[in-house]
Amino acid sequence: MALKDTVSRAYSNWMAGSGPENDIVISSRIRVARNMSHFAFPHMLSLEKAEEVIHALTLALENKDLKFSSGHLEVSRMSELSPVERQILVEKHLISPDLLKGHEKKAIALRDDEVLSIMVNEEDHLRVQSLLPGLQLESAWDQVNRLDDELEKTLDYAFSERLGYLSACPTNVGTGLRASVMVHLPGLVHTDQIKGVLNTVSKIGLTVRGLYGEGTEAAGNLFQISNQVTLGHSENEIIQNIVSVTKQLQEREKTARKALYNERRSQLEDRIGRSYGILKYARILSTDEAMKRFSDLRLGIDLNIITDTKPELVTELMVLTRPAFLVSKAGSDMTVFERDVKRAELVRNKLKVK
Amino acid sequence: MLCEKCHQNEAAVHFTEVINGKKKEMHLCESCASELQPEGFSFMPQINFHNFLGGLMGHNVGPGSFTKTATKDLSCEVCGLSEKEFARRGLLGCGECYESFKHTLDSLVKRIHGTNEHNGKLPERSSDRVKLIKEIESLRNQLRQAVEAEEFERAAQLRDSIRDVEKRLEQEG
Ligand SMILES: [Zn+2]
Ligand SMILES: [Zn+2]
Repeated sequence: MALKDTVSRAYSNWMAGSGPENDIVISSRIRVARNMSHFAFPHMLSLEKAEEVIHALTLALENKDLKFSSGHLEVSRMSELSPVERQILVEKHLISPDLLKGHEKKAIALRDDEVLSIMVNEEDHLRVQSLLPGLQLESAWDQVNRLDDELEKTLDYAFSERLGYLSACPTNVGTGLRASVMVHLPGLVHTDQIKGVLNTVSKIGLTVRGLYGEGTEAAGNLFQISNQVTLGHSENEIIQNIVSVTKQLQEREKTARKALYNERRSQLEDRIGRSYGILKYARILSTDEAMKRFSDLRLGIDLNIITDTKPELVTELMVLTRPAFLVSKAGSDMTVFERDVKRAELVRNKLKVK
Repeated sequence: MLCEKCHQNEAAVHFTEVINGKKKEMHLCESCASELQPEGFSFMPQINFHNFLGGLMGHNVGPGSFTKTATKDLSCEVCGLSEKEFARRGLLGCGECYESFKHTLDSLVKRIHGTNEHNGKLPERSSDRVKLIKEIESLRNQLRQAVEAEEFERAAQLRDSIRDVEKRLEQEG
């Protein structure tokens, strides 16, 4: 079964090191919310009705035209997976944590390459999404849009001429579109510019969030930028807005990196070298420390200070060293301490100099 | 420190999430933490708007008038969800709810999105009529912008296009 493969490895195609502008933009995601008319929204559905929704989608996915344009998406019920396997799908960013709540009503349709997927009976009946490496919001939208077109030929969507696609939560109504990019901004963080930059971004209709972290610093210096509003603008406008903001962020980040490299070269190389050393030889690694060191390592690779490790390996490690993955590799009853030991071991093995 | 969720075990996992510069901290024991994946890292914007929405709704209707609508027991005829329940959960029950609760939802949607008009994708199956109406709306918007920018040549072209589409709309009947 394809899904079992998915949960057995940390690597996913969105981590590829070859995406455009990949040194700063790690990945791009497009997601649209769709609901079927004739069914209540998922939180109101009985188990039987929820099953009917899953069944309707399964049939729609078997359509020849759909398979021709979007490929084969395999439907799996969340109840077929163990709790750890479900958590792994979250850690790989393939499903949202919401899909874990009341999992007996829920399912995921996933294409083998893990780029295209549909969450079924999350907050809405369908959340069609595409996840690609680098800055590729347009191609991600292209994939989602094509699949959506084909689905709509057989499924009756809840749609209003005035309000657009109807969603369970009014914050998603209209296009139902959420576009987001994950960006790595160590330069802006280390030059103390991040707060101002992110403040500006949040003032122009975009949401910025740090991913874990202490204070205003996100662990791993990773940030997610997405649109706040789904109604009133076309999909293209929403996407172009994020693309142009992301490009500006990229320029700022590049300038900051250049400044660090030119003006504080020794300190920069020292920090990166120390982090690389710790990752290679430490015996105990907490999540927080690991994320911080990964960020330094990634920056070192981007700046050609470190040349014997590939960038996609760092992204993979970020996922591989999350709690559920560790549990799946080493068995459940682990204390936090044992987990930190296991994490260090995994990282050591992955970074072993050949 | 005790876990904030169960208040029984020692907190072992500490999450900090920063959304638009606002910091939110959580201290949880391991078992509660494993249930609660912090939303941020999932790379999906899932800000919990629901409580926020409930608050907005309350404001919107005002406490006095809200009790009034509640005693009227306004519910969606299709799914049975009451307006009170919507205010509590922040989630609608079905597509028809948008019609059933139109009087409060219209202003709520406007407060969230700044508009009530969808300008995005239309289902391929939606009627030609709807497509034409949307096209006219979009052309009118462009016309307004052209006039503001004093691009009169473009404005004239747009005016012609609007007339054409309107004619097609009439023929559709
Ligand atoms: Zn607890
Ligand atoms: Zn309803």
